[in-house]
Amino acid sequence: MAARSLLQAISEGLAEEMRSDETVVTLGEDVGKAGGVFRVTQGLQEEFGPLRVMDTPLAESLIVGSAIGLSVNGMRPVAEIQFADFIPPAFDQIVNEAALFYYRSGGAWPCPITLRIPYGAVPGGALYHSQSVEAFFCNTPGLKVVAPSTPADAKGMLKSAIRDPNPVLFMEHKKAYRLVKEEVPDAGEPVPLDTARVHREGTDITVCAYGIVLHSVLEAAEKLSTEHGMETEVVEPRTLYPLDRETILASARKTGKFLAASEANVTGSVSAEIAALVADEAFEWLDAPVKRLGAPDVPMAGFAKPMLEYLVPGAEAVEAAMLELARY
Amino acid sequence: MAVQGTRVRHEDLGLQEADLGSIHRSMLLARRIDERMWILNRQGRAAFVISCQGQEAAQVGAAYGLRAGYDYLYPYYRDLAMMLTLGQSAREQFLSLLAREEDPNSGGRQMPGHYSSRELNVVTTSAPVAVQYPQAVGTALAFKMRSESGVVLTSGGEASTSSGDWHEALNFAAIQELPVVFLIENNAYAISVPEKMQVAGSIADRAAGYGIPGVAVDGNDVLGVYEAADEAIQRARRGGGPTLIEARTYRMTAHSSDDDDRRYREREEVEGWREKDPIARFERYLEEAGLLDAEGKDALEAEIKAEIDQAVEYAEAAPQAAPESVLRGVYAET
Repeated sequence: MAARSLLQAISEGLAEEMRSDETVVTLGEDVGKAGGVFRVTQGLQEEFGPLRVMDTPLAESLIVGSAIGLSVNGMRPVAEIQFADFIPPAFDQIVNEAALFYYRSGGAWPCPITLRIPYGAVPGGALYHSQSVEAFFCNTPGLKVVAPSTPADAKGMLKSAIRDPNPVLFMEHKKAYRLVKEEVPDAGEPVPLDTARVHREGTDITVCAYGIVLHSVLEAAEKLSTEHGMETEVVEPRTLYPLDRETILASARKTGKFLAASEANVTGSVSAEIAALVADEAFEWLDAPVKRLGAPDVPMAGFAKPMLEYLVPGAEAVEAAMLELARY
Repeated sequence: MAVQGTRVRHEDLGLQEADLGSIHRSMLLARRIDERMWILNRQGRAAFVISCQGQEAAQVGAAYGLRAGYDYLYPYYRDLAMMLTLGQSAREQFLSLLAREEDPNSGGRQMPGHYSSRELNVVTTSAPVAVQYPQAVGTALAFKMRSESGVVLTSGGEASTSSGDWHEALNFAAIQELPVVFLIENNAYAISVPEKMQVAGSIADRAAGYGIPGVAVDGNDVLGVYEAADEAIQRARRGGGPTLIEARTYRMTAHSSDDDDRRYREREEVEGWREKDPIARFERYLEEAGLLDAEGKDALEAEIKAEIDQAVEYAEAAPQAAPESVLRGVYAET
């Protein structure tokens, strides 16, 4: 057991899967010699060679489409979309192709691909290196959209994603890459993709959060417990689509006050869906309106640091929203 | 003239009499199945038809050299004759047309013409145009990674060459020298939009830009297409990389049963191409080579008619999928 960053944990998980299963390959822009622009695939090409760790042309539709074709012919591709912001050219291959292969062929052609998607706002990222695109895909049956937020989960869930017979979009928060560290088992077991995680038990309010915002929530929960004796239950969906509805609803029914938080634009977000789910199926247990916290509906995010900080919910905004809900 | 020039071509191509019979049968079966589909549509018994008529030579010629179940095929929605060449049956076409549970392509979930067969390595087909090309390239890449001799054939109409996916796929296939054959069945129309409004320059010539062979072939000459495709397939198997084949042909029907092509093309043009019918042309070749006579042709027509009659009867009696089955099979189980 050793302390690993989110980035190191993902890198390890990928390398371990490639060692144990020779059909696992990785491809994308800069994943080879450069080791990925974030260094997630560093060292892999030296170990596995240029065919199993392949630099591709800069063409996202090709990257996803060829990953689909690899999976058809017995491989387990892990394709990197260098930044989530650049995924739109691959949208057709993801939602019309990968998502539907199994269903439209009556179960003949599963599509076991994993797409690694670094997402989220980082200082200096500006409009095209900051987006949270997960909601684009959380309305497409056939896809699994997962967003682990801690290193051990990320490693275990990446293993599950690679072994899963379905297309899995694996969202990696860029700001959490190096910021978030924890002990990670050296030979990590797969972590199931279909379960939410309760990080902290509480009785006063529930906050359901993922990504970098989850870490702000966990910090705020400790602080509010110490300062106000307020106990927050923190639930991380981990898989954003399909949702673990039972775990989320059980927590909402337990505390009666519910906040869904992430840094994505609020309208039509995963938080919006979680909030609707709670309003729909836990209404009679609620003591307050279901709340959402996220970025306002403007493009993400300004290059100027004050603009970025204004948009993305930071620790203070998270804490304020939690207190407001508790006091309702 | 053309017939004179092609008299003994099949021997040069290494094709036996049995091969010619098989090629002829696949083309004619495709035509007669297609015609019956339109009849069923106009009778209100089939909701939708999309056609291969006029493109049978391009399809059978290109697919004849594949090893079904080992090589992969990424077809497009007009490739009925290709499917028959690889081994799908008349019965399977009508099960698909009538959306029966036994439809091998999708179990009644997709429109007819969206082919799939795990046994034949025909990869499930989509309606968006050109998406199959990057996928075909990925499948070819898997063969290269494992140092296997498999080949991938993928096809589409000329309309699909407008798409970014097509260019991205050609580029990557050429960079990695992948065993993939791109067949463009240039049938002159993208629904109503004529080729001159879709295609700048020559499709076959574009191959030069990617540094791969580009072959323009008469798509109504089944032996010519076979020759080009066989050479491309053999080159791919040897590790020689991809080939682009442009087979110039013509879509003799409207785009689909929901389209009326009288809005956008003259009857004279269609009739002109009917005189170049690839099946009639191949039959003339067979007759001149002494391999087909009126009696043989009648016998084949009768045999095909009986096969289609039985296929339609079977498909009409076959059960529909249970309505609630639409909810199942969204995700594969681990």
